[in-house]
Formats: sequence, structure tokens, C-alpha cells
Amino acid sequence: MDSEEAVEAAPTASQGPAEPVRPAIPVQPERFTQAQESPEFGDLRRAHRSFAFPLTVAFIAWYLLYVLLSNYAAGFMDATVVGNINVALVFGLAQFLTTFLIAWWYSRHAAAKIDPKAEAVRASMEAAE
Amino acid sequence: MSTRTTALHATAHQLAATGASEHRTLIISLFSVFVAATLGITVWAGRQTKDATDFYAGGRSFTGFQNGLAISGDYMSAASFLGIAGAISLYGYDGFLYSIGFLVAWLVALLLVAEPLRNSGRFTMADVLAHRLRQRPVRTAAGTSTIVVSIFYLLAQMVGAGALVALLLGATGEGSRRWIIGLVGLVMVLYVTIGGMKGTTWVQIVKAVLLIAGTLLITILVLNKFDWNLSTLLGRAAESSGKGKAFLEPGLQYGKDGTSKLNFVSLGLALVLGTAGLPHILIRFYTVPTARAARKSVNWAIGIIGAFYLMTIALGFGAAALVGPKAITASNESGNTAAPLLAQEVGGGAGSTGGAVLLAVISAVAFATILAVVAGLTLASSASFAHDLWANVIRKGKTNEKEEILTAKVAAVVIGAVSIVLGIYAHKLNAAALVALAFAVAASANLPTILYSLFWKRFTTRGALWSIYGGLVSSVTLVILSPVVSGNPKALFPGMSFDYFPLGNPGLVSIPLGFALGWLGSLLSQPAPDQRQKYAELEVRSLTGYGAH
Repeated sequence: MDSEEAVEAAPTASQGPAEPVRPAIPVQPERFTQAQESPEFGDLRRAHRSFAFPLTVAFIAWYLLYVLLSNYAAGFMDATVVGNINVALVFGLAQFLTTFLIAWWYSRHAAAKIDPKAEAVRASMEAAE
Repeated sequence: MSTRTTALHATAHQLAATGASEHRTLIISLFSVFVAATLGITVWAGRQTKDATDFYAGGRSFTGFQNGLAISGDYMSAASFLGIAGAISLYGYDGFLYSIGFLVAWLVALLLVAEPLRNSGRFTMADVLAHRLRQRPVRTAAGTSTIVVSIFYLLAQMVGAGALVALLLGATGEGSRRWIIGLVGLVMVLYVTIGGMKGTTWVQIVKAVLLIAGTLLITILVLNKFDWNLSTLLGRAAESSGKGKAFLEPGLQYGKDGTSKLNFVSLGLALVLGTAGLPHILIRFYTVPTARAARKSVNWAIGIIGAFYLMTIALGFGAAALVGPKAITASNESGNTAAPLLAQEVGGGAGSTGGAVLLAVISAVAFATILAVVAGLTLASSASFAHDLWANVIRKGKTNEKEEILTAKVAAVVIGAVSIVLGIYAHKLNAAALVALAFAVAASANLPTILYSLFWKRFTTRGALWSIYGGLVSSVTLVILSPVVSGNPKALFPGMSFDYFPLGNPGLVSIPLGFALGWLGSLLSQPAPDQRQKYAELEVRSLTGYGAH
């Protein structure tokens, strides 16, 4: 890449005015467009979105199901499971469990599938500076 | 953080009846130790605060674990400690419903917000928006909603602090309540102006450790009394509540009629979507060096906050079983003192040394909790004022770092003064409405814009402005028109009635509206010519961490 131009390029408006004294990040708009259109970045975007988006819809639906059942399905929620423990309590504790599991699952996915791709794209951009 | 703070002020009937005022000296000593120690830390942190990154973001030098603790300290307010335990002790299962929304909400932050925000922003939420949208209007909008959300939240904590003092120290006089609110305000301003983000973070870490340790101790003592059998504990709680099996089932509080059920859905939505839009939570992600550390800190926070809410089950049902609803409501009709009363009970009962010590410890922890939360809120709002409104809008970027930090410190003093005055004169305000409003505004005004900015190519400045102002105005207006403000004896203006909106929480209407306006405003405007490139820059930065601060 024509690195001279990149270094000389003016900082964009988005970089705040009170920028501490540090080497200006070479910001050349086409670089970002090029990076964004690269197949590697497409993979990275897909690795994040195809995992995070459906999972977000799923856990919000699962939570709303719990809210709605608590409101409108008394018969089901009040049923005894064992001793004084009813379905409502088990369902509530299940929300805790699924929250912990989803956090763990996402982090595992991110470490295995997202981080390496992000690092690769970043490294190739930095190498081109 | 819960509606149970509602009447913290309403029944400033002393715990004196149950012996708290006798232990006033002990409570005050413990609390003074906490204040002295944290101020010491603050001065130490202040010495290491050199530039804007230190002041706003703690030098980005905290580890994921440290930040996870600090996030937990920022998030677990006195209301969730005292309020949820109290709500469970009086309403049984329905008190527990709250904590689930508060916890699940963290997944939104983890999956969609924390990492891209850390990668692409510097100090405030608006930094991310300013990457791709017209900087001055969006900073003005985001700065305004940040300050509105923080002030409502802050006010709720101040009102709560004043009432808590009355309850726990038996200081029922108007004068002493004012002194305490003033003191809380002064200490929080000192934390923020001297220690900046570094000092504030350490205060939150210390508080989180104390809160978890205190809660764990009481939980162990309670469970031990029931041979570690949850079913036995629940049975005794149901029996002692006088409500039988219904105490363990949903519906005691929210199941009255169709409107209260709908209100619960609205509240649930605001809780689960509000967290990832709370400014004082968002800026915490900037205190770690990388997006991966931001992810780690959310994971720690989910673990710590989840464990805490699980323990509130033991606290709440334990208080119902061991203290009983009669003694709890005699002390405070919304149950806010259930946890300290329980501490006294498991420590050996009223009049015993063990009981006195545990009561004092738990009360001091509750105060520490309030101080740490208000410090976080003051920092978030003054940072947004200095960085977004002052430096980039009013001074149009022609300022230096020194001036910006000074502005932030002045803003912290002003915000502190404003919240002291509001806290003193607005103590009749319903703390619940304020907190619910803060969550609803965060979910309606902040979250749509954050998500659209990060993930939607076609999003425009007009979409952002419509979404932020639309979400802000609609949620505030609906609360004003709700039964919280007028039309019934418990309302802010009981004598008037303009309660045209039936729900206490506006989320069910204002959150979809905020998302819809962001979408509509974008489609009804032309993207700026450089829109494609600007979004490319934000997307690449946010996903890869390239050029991250």
C-alpha cells in the first residue's frame, strides 16, 4: 500500500480533539473499505453475527417466555416438583443456569472462531501501514 | 435498583424499635473506616492520574477480573441488596422475578455491545456514534440522554441513602437526613474529582468484595439453620408469611389484574434491554486494555452478579422465615430492612453481641454500596458533559486535555451539588419510578442507537437523533402520564389526576418506539456521501480492534 499517503492523511473527525500525544493512526478511508470488503473480514463478520444474533433472539425469547408464563400460566408454574419446590422456582433457576451457559458458550466460540480471524485482519492492516 | 426503595423514605420509622439506634456508634465507626480507607485509595489513585485516559478510563490498565468486580460494584446498588431481599421477604416469589431480568440483561452487553464498544470508542458512549454520524448533533443527543439517565439513577440513590440512614441509624430528624445526603454527595465528589476513574474503580472493587462477603456470610448462616435444605427453608417461609403456598408462586405482587400483569411485562422488557444502555456501565468497558479483557470482565460480572442474586433468595426467604413479615413491615413497610434484620437474627437475635455486630456490618456494607454506585454515576455524567458536550460541541474541538479534565471535575462538583439539593428537596419522589425510568430511558434512547450504529449499514444521523430524542421524550412523558405521578394516593401528586397511561413502566411502548424511530428516521433521510466509508471504518475497527485506543 502507498504508506506515505496513509501516514500523511489527516486524522478523521471521529478522533477527538484532545488526542494524547501518540503517533497518529494512519487513517485512509479506502483502507477500511478495502478491509471491509475482503473475504477474511466477511468471515469474521459472519463468525460473530451468525452466532450472536440468533442467540440474542433466543435468550430474549426464552426470558420473555418465562415472564409470560409467570403472568399467565399459573397452573403450570405452581405445579410441585419436589417438596416445596415448584416449577416456577425451577424455571427461574433455569434462567440463571442458561445465562451462565450462554456466557460460557459465547466466550468459547469467540476465542476459537472470532479472535483468530480478528487478529489476522488486524495484523494484515498493521503490516500494510 | 428495585421498586422496593419506593417507601424507603415513606416509613422512616426507626429500626430503633428493633435495636438499631443502640448500635449506632458501631455502624458509624465501621462506615467511617470504609470512607477513610476508600478516600486513602482515592488519593493514591489521584497521584497516578496524569492524562485524560487515566481520568476517564483508569489508564485502561485494569484486568478483566478487576473490572468484573468493579462492574458488579457499579451494578449492585443498595436497592438490589436491600430492595430485592425485602421484596422476597414480603411478596415471596415475585421479589425474585426482578433479579432474573437484571441478570439476563448482561447477555445483551456480552454478545453485542462490550467488545465493539471497547474497540471503537475512547471515553464515552457517544465516541462510537461519532465515528460514523455527524459528530456535533449526535454527541449533543447522546450526552443529553447520558446525563438524564445518570441523574435519575443518581437521584434514586440519594433519596434511598437519606431514607436508609433514617432507617438504619434511627436518625429520623429532617436535619440529620440532610446532613447525610450532603455527606454522601461530598464523598462521591471527592472520589471522582481526586481519584478519577482509577479511584472510583477501586472503590467499587472494595465495595463489591465487602458486599459479596457480607451476603455470603448471612446466606451460610441462614442455610445452616435449615440444614442446607432449600425445601425446608421455603416451607418455613411460606408458613411464616401467612400466605401459604401462594408465597412460593408467581402473582402475589404483579398478578392482581390485567394491567399489573402488563406492567410487569413492560418492566421485564426495560430491565433486560436497559442494562446495555446504561452509561455508567458502558464506560467501564474502556478501563481494560483489549476487547478480550472487556469480554472477560463481563463474564466475571455475570458470575458475581448471578451468585449475588442467587444468595438474595436465601436472604429474602430466610428473612420471611426467621424474622417474619410482621417484624419486617413494622420496621419498614416495603421490607427494605429485611436483610439487616435477618443479619441481627442469625447473629444471635436482638440484644445479643453477635446480632449487634452483624447488623452493624450489613448496614455499613449497605452504605458503602450507595457511595460506590453514586460515584460511578457522577463520573459517567461528568465525563459525558466534558468530553461530549463541552470539548466537542461547545468548544468545537478547540480545547486541550487539561481543560477537558478540569471541565469534568467542575461538572462533577456541579452534578454533586445538584443531586444533593435534589436529594434533599425531592425526597418525596418515588425512587422506584426514578430507577425504572433510568432503565427505560437507557433501553429506549441509548440501546437502539448503539446497536444500529454498530450493526446497520444504512443508519443515519437523523435516525440516531429521532431514536435518542424520541426514546427519551416518550419514556419521560409516559412516566409523567402514569399512575406513578398522579391519580392515586401513592402517587407523586396524589391530589391531581392526569394518569392517562395505565402502566407504571413505559418500556413496552417507548422501547419499540425508540427502535422504530431509528429505523424510520434513517429510511427517510439520505445517507451522507461518505457514509459507506465511515461505516466501513467503524465496522472494521469495532470487530478487529484495529487502531483501538
